[in-house]
Amino acid sequence: MPEVLEVDRLTKAYPSAGQALTVLRDVTFTLEDGDTCAVVGPSGSGKTTLLGLCAGLDSPSSGRVRLCGVDLGALDEDARAQVRNRYVGFVFQSFRLIPTLTALENVMVPAELRGNREARAPAVDLLGQVGLGDRLTHYPAQLSGGEKQRVALARAFINRPRILFADEPTGNLDTETGEKIIRLLFELNASAGTTLVLVTHDHELARRTGRILRLRGGEVASDERLRSEPAAVEKEAGA
Amino acid sequence: MKTGGGIGWILSMAWRDSRGSRRRLLLFVSAMVLGVAALVAINSFGVNLRRAVDEEARTLLGADLSLEADAAFPPEVEALIDSLGGRQSRRISFASMAYFPRTKGLRLVTVRAHAGDYPYYGAVETDPPEAAKTYLDGPNALVDRTLMRQFGAQVGDSVRIGRRMYRIAGQLLKTPREADAAMLFSPRIYLPIAGLDSTLLSRGSRADFEVYFKFDDGRDVEALGEALRPRLRRADVGVDTVGEVRDNWDEGLTNLYRFLGLVGFMSLLLGSVGVASAVHVYVRQRVETVAVLRCFGARAWPTFGVYLTQAVSMGLFGAFAGSLLGLGVQVLIPRLLADFLPVDVAFSVSWGSVALGVGIGLGVTVLFALLPLIGVRKVSPLLALRSAYEPEREKRRDPLRWALYGLLAGGVTLLAVAQAPRPLVGVGYAVGLAVVFGLLAAVAKLIMTLARTYFPSSWPYVWRQGLANLYRPNNQTLILMLALGLGAFLIMTLFLVQRTLVRQVELSGGAGRPNLVFFDIQPDQLEGVTGIIRANGLPVIDRVPIVTMRIAAIKGRTIEDLRADSTARLSWAHTREYRSTYRDHLTDAETLVEGAYIGVMPEDADVVPVSVERDIARDLGVALGDTVVFDVQGVPMTTRIASVRAVDWRRMQTNFFFTFPTGVLEDAPQFDVVLTRAPDDDASGAVQAAVVHAFPNVSAIDLSLILSVFEAIFGRIAFVVRFMALFSILTGLIVLAGAVIVSRFQRIEETVLLKTLGASRRQVLRIVAVEYLFLGLFATLTGLTLAVLGSWALAFFVFDTPLVVSPVALLLALAVVTGLTLGIGLLNSRGVYERPALEVLRAEG
Ligand SMILES: Nc1ncnc2c1ncn2[C@@H]1O[C@H](COP(=O)(O)OP(=O)(O)OP(=O)(O)O)[C@@H](O)[C@H]1O
Ligand SMILES: [Mg+2]
Repeated sequence: MPEVLEVDRLTKAYPSAGQALTVLRDVTFTLEDGDTCAVVGPSGSGKTTLLGLCAGLDSPSSGRVRLCGVDLGALDEDARAQVRNRYVGFVFQSFRLIPTLTALENVMVPAELRGNREARAPAVDLLGQVGLGDRLTHYPAQLSGGEKQRVALARAFINRPRILFADEPTGNLDTETGEKIIRLLFELNASAGTTLVLVTHDHELARRTGRILRLRGGEVASDERLRSEPAAVEKEAGA
Repeated sequence: MKTGGGIGWILSMAWRDSRGSRRRLLLFVSAMVLGVAALVAINSFGVNLRRAVDEEARTLLGADLSLEADAAFPPEVEALIDSLGGRQSRRISFASMAYFPRTKGLRLVTVRAHAGDYPYYGAVETDPPEAAKTYLDGPNALVDRTLMRQFGAQVGDSVRIGRRMYRIAGQLLKTPREADAAMLFSPRIYLPIAGLDSTLLSRGSRADFEVYFKFDDGRDVEALGEALRPRLRRADVGVDTVGEVRDNWDEGLTNLYRFLGLVGFMSLLLGSVGVASAVHVYVRQRVETVAVLRCFGARAWPTFGVYLTQAVSMGLFGAFAGSLLGLGVQVLIPRLLADFLPVDVAFSVSWGSVALGVGIGLGVTVLFALLPLIGVRKVSPLLALRSAYEPEREKRRDPLRWALYGLLAGGVTLLAVAQAPRPLVGVGYAVGLAVVFGLLAAVAKLIMTLARTYFPSSWPYVWRQGLANLYRPNNQTLILMLALGLGAFLIMTLFLVQRTLVRQVELSGGAGRPNLVFFDIQPDQLEGVTGIIRANGLPVIDRVPIVTMRIAAIKGRTIEDLRADSTARLSWAHTREYRSTYRDHLTDAETLVEGAYIGVMPEDADVVPVSVERDIARDLGVALGDTVVFDVQGVPMTTRIASVRAVDWRRMQTNFFFTFPTGVLEDAPQFDVVLTRAPDDDASGAVQAAVVHAFPNVSAIDLSLILSVFEAIFGRIAFVVRFMALFSILTGLIVLAGAVIVSRFQRIEETVLLKTLGASRRQVLRIVAVEYLFLGLFATLTGLTLAVLGSWALAFFVFDTPLVVSPVALLLALAVVTGLTLGIGLLNSRGVYERPALEVLRAEG
């Protein structure tokens, strides 16, 4: 199977007074098409930092990230932006919808950035899939947290990404709403065959993925493979 | 790989992203509308003005050609005048006392006595209109309307000039060659030459003799003027042609409207700073959006393009709205400047000026907006994952930022130079503005640092919170400092300078100093005049003899010789008539700079040791020990510069370029000036009337007249400057309102939070009040301090006089501006407390 994400001895240090603060040290792992992976660990262990580096949002101090065969280290900001636009989807803990755009427009953003002029139909379709077919022209301020996150999910999938990064997507939601979002996430993921990297504090949720990467103090404490068949996940999630 | 973020995406994103902020954006941009309006109005008016001057140049002179001398034309010039032919008119102008018997009004005026059909072009406008033609038919006078008003005179009344009585045939409304402001200096009375009291033109009195020509044979008058000029210069006769008059007016008026343009430019700059600050806040609020866009693959420049598009649209809107408003304002300007204009300026749109205004407005706005906007390129997509803080250093290192600073400084200087009457003025203006802006900004920073460092942790909560708002993130301290400070600075500087100048004139007549001067007294009238003064119970403080003379030779070369030498720079100082005196002492208005003052002519010497005033010495190029030969009314007199004096010209007394020792000029033809001091206006009026009644050729001028003339002229100038400054002040208010509204958006969340935590409405409002109280106080104090410093510098370096500070005015300004700030701040906080908390909390993306 082709590798979607290859992370090789990734280290991130922040310069701080006196000496550098190393928040990520020698992290190495590989994900293949369709893999689902949970990143867990205590607060401050470097989960978000790792996610940012994998998506090319930040540059590592050392080490290498290959995303869909492209070495991010060799690219400048703009080129990385294009890689993201082409291959990557995001779901954030605090939704990050653009407040001045309607739900529909928010979903269309990644497609429009790609120059796709026919983004409307798939966007409407996706909003329908997340159950917001009647909220197309509503602005984020008119939506509840759970609805916002559903819009964010639709936005994440509009470009049919090969890999989806989700940083605590249910962190700001109540358990019930969170569960709905997770179910949707897995559904969409499975039907699109997308690789999923999910940062979470929820061990139950982590167990529903194919692999758990445990971080502690910036280092990989354990790397646990639960299943190799992502299809099984869907069954369990749907159950 | 396909590239996203093309022009189409940028435009549609720019449009969508502006949702919900459009009204706010318009408010921000309205800050520059007034500045553009001021520039467009002034420049478009300027273009019309020049056109009017060009078109009406002939009416400015009223003739094709004029000759002018400060004495009656000598016979050879009269012969030349005869030979020139054409139609001719004569005019003699001089200062004299005018007496209105009915109301017993008496004042110094400019008499213009006419013979002939002058003006040939344009017209003397009078009320009633026919008086302009008929007054020459008999002993009639036309009197300036201000003078009529001053003395309550009516058409049909009498006015006495010298020993002759004239019937007022009409009031003068408009005359060729003169702007209305001229009558503030000295009101005019038109008379026929025929029947003029000839004693008024006696030796020693100043009079201008003019002859005006109109040629019907279409000869080239400019060429004729060129040909006459060198010949007539020798006889001290000046030649004016239409072209020359037009050029002079053009230059003067261009300076005038350009100067006003500079005042307007200040408003544009202030507005732009306001726009920059608003954009800064706007961009901060967009950081999250930008980060999300970057996350989903938007490249840096197209994202920047989204916001640049918004800024440019804003700038375009402001520039066009400003131009439109400017054209409206343009209608007002001719009225504003009516006193200073020699021609009527019709309204017409100068499209060039409009284009220039739009260009400058757009350019300056975008340039200023770019400063905060370029930060958009640097927004990291990582911010979508977590709200990381951006280190300041990163921003400073952006080379584009420095390039922008350079571009801004260069652009503003260039625009100032383009707008200024002279390049140096433009540079000085730009530097001065940079200093004022820089100082205000520095004080703002200082206040923030001080408030943070020496935070009064023992103060009550509300006060601490309000004070902390000055330096907390997203504060408005800097921009309010600029808007309020600049406004206070402008108003106060104008006021203080005006006060200082008026006070200076008032002081010149302080206790014991003379405040009434009689001049043009013939030697045989001296005793009579002093007798009348003493009889009125007033002291004769001083009596100064005056001898008129011209320079014949300087440092061994005659003036004729210098004239022929094209390399020698001959100035007015060389050819003018000098009125000199002789005395054995320096007055208290004089200080010796060099040499020794020789008061009495030494017996053995044959060269007269004279004292020269410092500035005229520089003009003449003479120094201690140089010889100057004077022509004292036909008699040559060789002198040597024995001393150089500095003279305080502002004193209400007679001052001289050259003073002679006693013992040489006593027998030369001379006239006298007598200085006295009248305790009040009534006493002054009585003695003037008595003297002028007995000796009609004697003129009088008193301090109150000088003061009123000065105040009138300064008042009109100040009015015009204030009108232009108004644009800056209004802009300041808009910027203030904009800044306050911006902070409302920022503070709403906080207010809701405070409210949720249990703060009462009273507490919330008091926090706001404390914040704006501090802001208003600090900004106004800084602006006022700068104003005092600036006016002091003006007073010291330009007007050479001590500054008059008015504590009452300063306190008043402090109270008003601070109150205004507080008011706007509180007004704006209305309703914030009532906002439902939920709505605000949900508004978060
Ligand atoms: N810009 C920065 N400068 C210095 N240290 C930073 C910076 N950004 C993050 N860190 C540090 O890096 C460490 C890892 O942060 P990270 O956000 O990746 O943790 P996390 O595992 O996502 O935590 P959480 O579960 O609370 O979200 C933390 O200790 C954080 O303080
Ligand atoms: Mg995190």
